[in-house]
Amino acid sequence: MANAPGILELLSPYPPGWGGTLLWGAGATLAISAGAFAIGLIIGIGGALGKLSGNRLLLAFLELYTTAVRAVPELILIVGLYYAGTDGLNRLLQAAGLPPLEVNGFIAAIAVLGVVQGAYMTEVLRGAILAVPAGQIEAAKAFGMGPGLRFRRVTLPALLPNALPGLANLWLSVTKDSALVAVVGYQELALATRLAGASTKHYFLFFLAAALLYLAITLVSNLIFWLLERRVRRGQPKLA
Amino acid sequence: MKFIPLLLAGAAFTLSAFTAQADVRFGIMNESYPPFFAKDASGKWQGWEIDLMDAVCAEMKEKCSIVELSWDGLIPALTSKKFDVIWSSMSVTEERKKVIDFTDKYYNTPSRLIGLKDIKPGAGPEDVKGKTIGIQVSTIQSEYYKKYFAKVATEKTYQTLDEAFQDLASGRIDYVFGDSIVLDAFVKSDAGKDCCANMGDVADDVEVLGTGVGGGLRKEDTQLKEKLNAAIAAVRANGKYDEITKKYFDFDIYGKKVSGN
Amino acid sequence: MDFSWIANYWPLLLTGAWQTLALLVISVGLGFLMAIGLAFAQVSGGPFLRYAARGYSTFFRGTPLLIQLWLLYYGVGSLLPMIPGIRQSLFWPILREGFFFAAVSFTLNYAAYESEVLRGALLAVPKGELEAGRAFGMGRFTLVHRVWLPRALRIALPTIAGEVVMQLKATPLAFTVTVMDLYAVAYKVRQDTLLVYEPLIVVTVFYLVLTAIIARCFRIVEAQVPVRR
Repeated sequence: MANAPGILELLSPYPPGWGGTLLWGAGATLAISAGAFAIGLIIGIGGALGKLSGNRLLLAFLELYTTAVRAVPELILIVGLYYAGTDGLNRLLQAAGLPPLEVNGFIAAIAVLGVVQGAYMTEVLRGAILAVPAGQIEAAKAFGMGPGLRFRRVTLPALLPNALPGLANLWLSVTKDSALVAVVGYQELALATRLAGASTKHYFLFFLAAALLYLAITLVSNLIFWLLERRVRRGQPKLA
Repeated sequence: MKFIPLLLAGAAFTLSAFTAQADVRFGIMNESYPPFFAKDASGKWQGWEIDLMDAVCAEMKEKCSIVELSWDGLIPALTSKKFDVIWSSMSVTEERKKVIDFTDKYYNTPSRLIGLKDIKPGAGPEDVKGKTIGIQVSTIQSEYYKKYFAKVATEKTYQTLDEAFQDLASGRIDYVFGDSIVLDAFVKSDAGKDCCANMGDVADDVEVLGTGVGGGLRKEDTQLKEKLNAAIAAVRANGKYDEITKKYFDFDIYGKKVSGN
Repeated sequence: MDFSWIANYWPLLLTGAWQTLALLVISVGLGFLMAIGLAFAQVSGGPFLRYAARGYSTFFRGTPLLIQLWLLYYGVGSLLPMIPGIRQSLFWPILREGFFFAAVSFTLNYAAYESEVLRGALLAVPKGELEAGRAFGMGRFTLVHRVWLPRALRIALPTIAGEVVMQLKATPLAFTVTVMDLYAVAYKVRQDTLLVYEPLIVVTVFYLVLTAIIARCFRIVEAQVPVRR
């Protein structure tokens, strides 16, 4: 294989090297993960508050949601939601007499992953909110703070240190689950790698490169969360 | 306070969803299928089918965009309106016609078996007896296998033809069954020429293998179908079709006129 | 909803379920054994062992299972033709099938996650019990298998139950390397009948049933050794 392109040439970011495609895929992975994480957070906060509100119907619905999402394999969830999601949405719109929405692949991937993340986030945030000392909430109520102000000034800052490790884990799991959308054909890092490998037949090289890219994302994320946790826990007594 | 980012997100969502209305969107399988379509390292799509798509769009005077999807997701995505035309070397078969409609065919090539060099050539049921054949899921070759080869040989299915080629090169399977041109391109390539050879085209069966490749459409898009058919006919008549074909092949891939087309 | 296809496909569904279970049992069983080794390496091993185990854990938990699987199957697969005579050797029937690679990949991945759980559990065993064991003159190995490991396992049981369920949910990825597991059957049914949701629903029911069985089994095991509250 003396005249086959060398490793550096194949990995080069400029065509005909495939490094650029891989980096672009890594960017797509980060974008999908961030979007899904954000949507998951929103659903999670709503879900956690809903579960703690005491409303029976809401609680039952949320229980069903979190149990279903956590019991069904992610691959099936992603494939099912990807097709059922837009289908169902369009049928609802049709029933309401509105024109159908065309949702592009990026939004669909984020929405699907976000719904899955939302279920896990609900549990993490619920645990974190429950861990906020009741006395602080009571004091806030005694001061006459409305629910919004109370949430913003007291609950949220107090729950962050408790929630961060769980949120960090969920961030790592969403960056890895994003590889699954390769199966529905959305081009993120895993699919980009398969394309590069298929075009050049150097599968081992490109999959290894992809693994290293994911590892880099993981290590940098770990660092960022560690810094975040230090900042959020400032002023708290250090654990022994 | 939390509402502002929510609003912005929602606005971005709806805006991006509504912008894609203006042009005709072509759905293509998100894997390389040379020489019909393949993505090069800079992310640009190239190939015979891409050139044909550009020519047809120029005829129709429409702006065309490409939507990429996995092969087995093309039909469900078409029916749920993620794009407008399947332009991914999909053959016209009765089974598919139950769910979607097709334009007139724009090429027709036989299906072929390629195999490991130490197997003797031959593409009939007696030749593949006891062997393993690699086939891409949801293809006409998969249907053909069920009808003719299922009783004598085992099938291994792959999401993409490239994975099948990869396993053929490793020797995990004995044959790959697919479109003759794409398989030929593999056998002639660096990866294919050491391991594999052409075993022959399979006997034709119009019912299973279909009448050629056409663009897939939703059944209700009759206007789009007429426009595409007119454009395809125009491209064939004014010589652009032959011009594109000459760039990639030295024979005509349109195929003979098959009854029932 | 059209479920008439089940009449024709139920043998295939059972084979698929069997493949899924086989993958689960192998990866959990072997992975668990590996995890014990890795956990002890990190807790009481020398610096080299500790770093090696840490590195292994970081790699396999920091990269997606899908990539690990493809790396093994297609990566090693591309190296196979370079070994002369491999197709005639006895290993060939194993090496040509995707099952072997899926099983190995899932085992390696599970071992990494499990080693983290076990590491935490090993550190959570009350030091007093270990000291008492040493005071009795127990050798290192006896201490481990009489006191440390069983106590750690009991502490870790609920988490291990969760990990096994997560492993079950990871098994569908095997279909990408030609393994005919439960999800691959749903895929095939979709391809043959063009029905999208019905096969997925049926297969989901299978997974839910398997999950419930696993959870039940673990609860029975947990009840064998009561934990003082």
